[in-house]
Amino acid sequence: MDISFALTGKGYVIVAADTTAARSIVKMKVDEDKIKVLSPHLLMAFSGEPGDTVQFAEYIERNIRLYQIRNTYALRPPSAASWIRRALADSLRSRRPYSVNLLVGGYDTSTHTPHLYWVDYLGTMSEVPFAAHGYGAYFALSLLDRYHDPEASLEDGLATLRRCLDEVAKRLVVTPEKYKVKVVDKDGVREVEI
Amino acid sequence: MSDRIYLGLPGLATDVTTLKEVFRYRVNMYTIKEEREIEPETFAHLVSSTLYEKRFGPYFIEPVMAGLEKTPSGAYKPFIAATDLIGCLNFAKDFVVAGTASTKLYGVAEGLWEPDLEPEDLFETCAQTLLNAVDRDAYSGWGAEVHLITKDKVIKRTLKGRMD
Repeated sequence: MDISFALTGKGYVIVAADTTAARSIVKMKVDEDKIKVLSPHLLMAFSGEPGDTVQFAEYIERNIRLYQIRNTYALRPPSAASWIRRALADSLRSRRPYSVNLLVGGYDTSTHTPHLYWVDYLGTMSEVPFAAHGYGAYFALSLLDRYHDPEASLEDGLATLRRCLDEVAKRLVVTPEKYKVKVVDKDGVREVEI
Repeated sequence: MSDRIYLGLPGLATDVTTLKEVFRYRVNMYTIKEEREIEPETFAHLVSSTLYEKRFGPYFIEPVMAGLEKTPSGAYKPFIAATDLIGCLNFAKDFVVAGTASTKLYGVAEGLWEPDLEPEDLFETCAQTLLNAVDRDAYSGWGAEVHLITKDKVIKRTLKGRMD
């Protein structure tokens, strides 16, 4: 039931994910953070099989950190996304693959461009202007197709995100009550209230 | 893959990316070790053996290849080949097809293709074959790209297709 969205704009990427952790019909937690900060300019929203998600996200987080320690510089978003994709693709052909879907958003400080990657558990990756995973995708993608503007200001980007969250709240049977929203731009990662 | 070898990888999207990376790596290693560019036929065998390595847990990809091979006299000769998902090679003289629309492609190509077409005529044959086949296929379409490979240049054309 995890829902995650992300969209790019003029010099930033917004990543949003709901904060509920449920098991069967029971809500266990309403303040779970499903967006990892991988490096100063890289975010990753993860969803999928409970257990796998956190295991995989932490594995990625620590390897990205290890690279940064070894090489002084952090991987740029395209390279990081490729490495993460390969980790999932290799896992797919293992005895027990990770069932984790990702949205990887980052800001490239060398070219000053925002990047967003949609990645699924099979290791399918594509660079996109906006993306969604989970039931939210059914409602949000058409909205984003109509309202997304790659040149929009952060304020307008957040307004577009708001539209998506409202649509999900209106049409989805079981609606998550809270979302965590993180933004990455030239100044790094920060959390915003929506 | 190189200036005169082109590779198409229809199939499971994750394997498309993985194999693209694998072939880029292996072609680069070949170029460095041999200090020359790989020939299309050699490349076809590289594709075949790469896929057969995973005989009992294959990549879900059916590659098609096209290129120009150097003859002993120094001229260039057209080369096409395709394999199945475990690397069984098919060196065809006429045409090769693959993907979700392969059955339709066989039909249209069989009707339109003829031997010794001039470059522009071959382009038209290829473009019409592709567009008409994907229009009968639910899983492919939304436009197409055609690369016309000749000995002194490659022309890439983007075709507009039905978007429904």
